[in-house]
Amino acid sequence: MITKVRPHLSQNEPLLFERSSPGKIAFQLPELDVPAVKAEEALGEENVRGSIEGFPEVSEVEAIRHFTRLSTWNYAIDYGMYPLGSCTMKYNPRVNEVVARLEGLAWAHPYQPEALAQGSMEVAARLEAALAEITGMDAVTLQPAAGAHGELTGILMIRALLTRRGNPRKKILIPDSAHGTNPASAVIAGYGVEHVPSSPTGVLDLGALERVVDRDVAALMVTNPNTLGVFEHDIMRAAEILHSRGALLYMDGANMNALMGIARPGDFGVDALHLNLHKTFSTPHGGGGPGAGPVAVKKELEPFLPIPRLKRLGKRLTWDYKRKHSIGRVRAFYGNFGVLVRALAYILAHGGPGLRKVSVDAVLNANYIRKQLEAYFELPYTAPSMHEVVFSDERQAKQGVRTGDLAKRLIDYGFHPYTVSFPLIVHGALMIEPTETEGKRELDHFIEAMISIAREVEEDPKTVLSAPHGTRTSRVDEVMAARKPVLRWR
Amino acid sequence: MRYLPKSDSESREMLDACGASSAEDLFAHLPEEARLKRPLDLPPGISEYEIVQYFRERAAENADGYASFLGAGVYSHFRPVLVDTVAERGEFLTSYTPYQAEIAQGTLMAIFEFQTMICQLTGMEVANASMYDGSTALAEAAMMAARATGKGRLLVARSVHPEYREVLRTYARNQGMPLEEFGYLEDAGALDTEDLERKMDGLTGAVIVQSPNFFGVVDRVREAAEIAHEGGALLIVVFTEAVSLGILEPPAGADIIAGELQSFAISPSYGGPFAGIIATREKFIRQMPGRLVGQTVDTRGNRAFCLTLATREQHIRREKATSNICTNQALIALMATVFMTVYGKRGLRELAEQNLAKAHYLASQVKPRFCGKFFNEFAARAPGKAPDAINKGLLKRRIIGGLPLGRFYPELADSMLLSATEMSRRADMDAVGEAFA
Amino acid sequence: MYPENFRYTKEHEWVRVEGDVATVGITDHAQQELGDIVYVDLPKPGTRVTRGGTLGSVESVKAVSDVYAPVSGEVTGINPMLAEAPEKLNADPHGEAWLVKIKVSTPAEVESLMSAADYETYIGAEK
Repeated sequence: MITKVRPHLSQNEPLLFERSSPGKIAFQLPELDVPAVKAEEALGEENVRGSIEGFPEVSEVEAIRHFTRLSTWNYAIDYGMYPLGSCTMKYNPRVNEVVARLEGLAWAHPYQPEALAQGSMEVAARLEAALAEITGMDAVTLQPAAGAHGELTGILMIRALLTRRGNPRKKILIPDSAHGTNPASAVIAGYGVEHVPSSPTGVLDLGALERVVDRDVAALMVTNPNTLGVFEHDIMRAAEILHSRGALLYMDGANMNALMGIARPGDFGVDALHLNLHKTFSTPHGGGGPGAGPVAVKKELEPFLPIPRLKRLGKRLTWDYKRKHSIGRVRAFYGNFGVLVRALAYILAHGGPGLRKVSVDAVLNANYIRKQLEAYFELPYTAPSMHEVVFSDERQAKQGVRTGDLAKRLIDYGFHPYTVSFPLIVHGALMIEPTETEGKRELDHFIEAMISIAREVEEDPKTVLSAPHGTRTSRVDEVMAARKPVLRWR
Repeated sequence: MRYLPKSDSESREMLDACGASSAEDLFAHLPEEARLKRPLDLPPGISEYEIVQYFRERAAENADGYASFLGAGVYSHFRPVLVDTVAERGEFLTSYTPYQAEIAQGTLMAIFEFQTMICQLTGMEVANASMYDGSTALAEAAMMAARATGKGRLLVARSVHPEYREVLRTYARNQGMPLEEFGYLEDAGALDTEDLERKMDGLTGAVIVQSPNFFGVVDRVREAAEIAHEGGALLIVVFTEAVSLGILEPPAGADIIAGELQSFAISPSYGGPFAGIIATREKFIRQMPGRLVGQTVDTRGNRAFCLTLATREQHIRREKATSNICTNQALIALMATVFMTVYGKRGLRELAEQNLAKAHYLASQVKPRFCGKFFNEFAARAPGKAPDAINKGLLKRRIIGGLPLGRFYPELADSMLLSATEMSRRADMDAVGEAFA
Repeated sequence: MYPENFRYTKEHEWVRVEGDVATVGITDHAQQELGDIVYVDLPKPGTRVTRGGTLGSVESVKAVSDVYAPVSGEVTGINPMLAEAPEKLNADPHGEAWLVKIKVSTPAEVESLMSAADYETYIGAEK
């Protein structure tokens, strides 16, 4: 029985271009206080365009209705839980939206004189210090725009360090359980990729690692806790093996939500890691971005950080461009500053003890779900879960129902699906991460829904296989979208 | 803590269900030597009021209430109120990437509209759902051109934004892609096409130019296209001032356009977050990085939208992906979409005309350094007065002057880059004129 | 199910040799694993390939599979049907929806490939 949702009328809405009518406007500009200029004269006739064919022409009323109606077709954290493993979909505090919009911060131009940008620079400095403390590292760059961007930055720095030592080496080791951005980033950094199989218990196989770490290996990229939600208990030993052979340890910090105040990467052997501010530090996903992917490093990698670096000169802060070993820039300007403001506000709201409680609650929530569901879904790896738990669809597959189908049926129960089919080392994975901002009631609803679906698989699999039933659209034809791509309106 | 919705009794119930006597039990399996044995050295959490105060103080330490003539890749434009009204809706702000199409049609349709509008603006056949920013969009476009042509050498104009070129260098160096620059004409501030021709060769995969260029000059894109194509290379055209597309003909002969949408209602915000785009021809679709939204139908025949051609991307292709990019700038792209909707066909043109008028008025008060035609930005110099000195004087009148170019171009150390937009007031422009006199 | 006059590889390609021309495709097992096929990426005619090297790839919505050359030689032709109708690869992987034709440089290579019976045993064991 579905208790969390029931049907409701949602407004239809065509594309903006289908709504448009010639001459309708939604704007008004002030009168010019200077003489108008003839475009053809100022720009040259051949450079002036005709009208923008097909561009929208709607009134303000239609514009607001259009986007409001569209918004009602989305699920969101504000509606309920996203049990998406590896995404850390936690509550996005609204005060963060207010402070990011403060005029002095929102209107700061990256090139305005430093004396008039001390406020922004102070925010950045404070965030760098906080992230260094949380991760146990020595220096932080806030420049990368997202996690993958951070990964690339981290690997480039490792390459620069090894080059300085005489040999950049050729490959990066990546566990077969890793997120796809890991090997992609390694390749863009100019390295080859070699996969390291996981042990039968799903963690790093030290034996395998010992065998493959040689002079050609620049680094191992590891996620900790790993993508099964399990802490890599041999990580310090792995770090030793790497370091003894001149290689480094890079950590994908996507799962930091399990560790704040509990364990710090800098203390367990990590040389460089990136953080996802849009995961652990609550900055909004906004339908797919923006995010930010700061990178924290140990002292040895500090000279290679992207320029410019924030430096304190007496009472004021300045941007230091004189860093001859830097890997250069990974993007224009200083970083996704608006996102950094939100992350700092989040850290200030929690403080040290609060951040630890975040991780404790995140781990408790995941373990509660695991306990309640392990009778119904196959648990391929039995090591203790931290902030996320991974089941497989093995039991349900016997009725011909796969993880993707279960996920679609979960939608009918009023939830967004969990992460489907990842990590790849679990066949038919269900990866569940509730985060700490879910209360017991929401978790119980989720558990009830999953149990009910497990029952449906036994008694009435057709309902699950053809789900979702209650949404505006039923399952979309992804095959058609890929075979005959239509990527714009005409 | 106000964001943690478990009461003590609820936590207790849950711990009991887990068979744990305390929450610490859940961490007992961690290796001792990896544990942090002291509290984090961060002050305790503060109230909402104190958070706002903290940031208000920081905002006050920045320029507040100054007029500004800075451009150089980040522009001051009015932000229609609707942009925030829409972007602040929880369904847009707090939603996830639209992988589950049935419950993300709002985001997907908005992105489809965005992709369409970018095509309409740029004259291209397909556009993606945004990159991190203009600088990384350019780097990705360059890698895309290398994939498409099989040739890795890049020829970049010096009149492309200096920081964009730095980013390109970082990416190219690690991909083993040789990069060479070609110059601009001293008088016009436009491309030195002879220099380009001299440096062009059969190994070049892409020629990269910007228009309007970093100096604000509307550049000789057609000529660059001819030279590039004759040499078997693709032409990549960059833009940093999106409003220019309201009045300027889209770059003719471009194979890939890489641009920055910050001008479309995105706060300068000390440099980010912004949104970049890549727009190109259909034949390069499979080389294109980043998310793409496509139109399809559901099982009942209703029109629907979904992410598509995902096999280019990292989560499937992994090390063979077109890019490592995962995040796109969805919310920023949405804000730009609202901006484009509010201004619309007529408004974007009118907005561009106002920018043109303001900048040309400002130019009449000072001396443009280059004779090339410009949109809303130009380089200027005052004989005998250094840019820093001029700016110092202007600051006293609460005006932030242009960017001294010596920072990036030693040969232009006597000049500054001035941008005027619909937000610039006549009185402030007159003040700049006086400072130059 | 699996034609007797074909030979098979561990990566699920089939090859049929007539004289010095080899026709190459992917097996029914492969198309089933992939699901609905949306795109096929094939090399240009004239490309030299070595046995075991990548020939191209086949894409479904959620997966990509590389196709490997079962024999060495030169690509002389590619199936024009697949650009417009990739779904044919699901419908008739052993017949209409062949992928490429290769002019074989080392005919002996075919000998070490699996027979139909061996292949059926192989995929039976994989399950």
